[in-house]
Amino acid sequence: MQKCFRSMLRMLFVVCIAYPVVLLWLGIHVRHRERLAVKGAAIVAANHNSHLDILTLLSLFPLSAIPNVQPAAAADYFFKTPLLRWFSLNVIGIIPVVRGGARAGEDPLIECYRALEQGRILVIFPEGTRGEPEQMAELKAGIWHLAKRFPQVPVIPVYMHGLGKSMPKGSWIPVPFFVSVAVGKALYWMEEKQEFIDALKDRLYKLKLKTQPTSEVQ
Amino acid sequence: MFNTLHYAFAGIVAVLVIASIVTATLIRLHPEKNYVELKLRIQTWWWLVAVFFIALTLDRTVAVTIIAIVSFMAFKEFLSIAPTRRADNKVLLWAYFSIPVQYLWVGTAWYGMFIIFIPVFVFLLLPMRMVMIGETQGYLRAAGTLQWGLMTTVFSISHMAYLLNMPARQSAHGTITGEMLVFYLLVLTQINDIAQYLWGKMLGKHKIIPKVSPNKTAEGLVGGMLTTTLLAWLLAPWFTPMNPLHAVLAGLLISLFGFIGDVVISAVKRDIGIKDSGSLLPGHGGILDRLDSLTYTSPLFFHYIYYLYY
Repeated sequence: MQKCFRSMLRMLFVVCIAYPVVLLWLGIHVRHRERLAVKGAAIVAANHNSHLDILTLLSLFPLSAIPNVQPAAAADYFFKTPLLRWFSLNVIGIIPVVRGGARAGEDPLIECYRALEQGRILVIFPEGTRGEPEQMAELKAGIWHLAKRFPQVPVIPVYMHGLGKSMPKGSWIPVPFFVSVAVGKALYWMEEKQEFIDALKDRLYKLKLKTQPTSEVQ
Repeated sequence: MFNTLHYAFAGIVAVLVIASIVTATLIRLHPEKNYVELKLRIQTWWWLVAVFFIALTLDRTVAVTIIAIVSFMAFKEFLSIAPTRRADNKVLLWAYFSIPVQYLWVGTAWYGMFIIFIPVFVFLLLPMRMVMIGETQGYLRAAGTLQWGLMTTVFSISHMAYLLNMPARQSAHGTITGEMLVFYLLVLTQINDIAQYLWGKMLGKHKIIPKVSPNKTAEGLVGGMLTTTLLAWLLAPWFTPMNPLHAVLAGLLISLFGFIGDVVISAVKRDIGIKDSGSLLPGHGGILDRLDSLTYTSPLFFHYIYYLYY
């Protein structure tokens, strides 16, 4: 019963907030939407420049798939107040990641493992934090550890261009700009950590080029 | 019952049906050739005509709202391609706010505010907001770009909406309403684009403006101007209060300045280094690619006919 209520809340959030903001206020152009998994388990690895990122990613999935899509988000940020905690868990549907949890002896990704075991689509931001608008930071190693536990689960890279310009860190009102999204081909776990990270970063850079407007063709 | 406008739309639908049939036939006869662009182009035309029909045949408020939304999308597209500074984000929100205000002046038919709001008030107030933020690096360029964008996508396009406010007049062929003037302007501007393209493709030899737009030829321009002027002369008695001489001049005005609007936007795209202004309209590019001629023909046709007949 509670699970059903939570699913309804999440879908309502997508219909009432994500769709109007992303599709009407901003405007979005998606390349290769068919490459996006709609059934779990899957990992979606995207670049991170704005709080709008998760709204945009949610709007890419069919509405019925939404209860199965969960973004991994920093517990220290999203659990700041009890209201924010409830909202993050029940309306946005985050999987909390305890940053710095490794020091305390617990695996920060424990909830992510659980989610993937349950066949969810996990949305993760390998850069770890919203960086400078439209710039990509170094990818953290967590994504490799995650993929290592689930080597058969596809890692789908997604690049979003324009969200950092619209609502960068520190802003709370999105400025209308057209947003360009490119979905890449799935990647799978590789034994060499650096090789995997480099391959993912390379895919994201190639997708970034696809989101730029086409230059003058002579 | 059915008025001139309904019959006119039926005519456009007939043209589109023919175009769709021709395309489907071409695809079947030449399966090896790529007709995806053409098919998408015509599909988008169907959608554009549908929106156009809804705008002009329902309530006037619906029409003004739809044109306001068009300005919103055009301005958004402009800002998405033009260089903007992160520091100006708040100023951009104010700039967007000027859109519903401008269309409020249109909706309430307050001519004085409609004609000065953007060129005077917004022009003066936005740089003031920018000064309050205090980022002087690139200040002139940012202020200039912003005003240019608003003038082109909001002020110009809103002239087409203001045509709706023209009082109804009786003519030999029935009542001439503001909606008919808008229909006349839009159809001639779009036919002009298509005619110039087709004449250019058939007879094009002497390039007019190769540095900006290598596809534009003198033959295309002249052919298009003749076609549009002929059509303007034919349609005027049904859709406008103009006499034949004024109609011919209107045709020349729309066809020449439609061309100018097109190449001005091309110059902007060249400056930025892009081919299409966006990807909102499959087969056409962005909304600016479709509206470029209208940014010149709207205000010029409006003032021409406003001065002579209203």
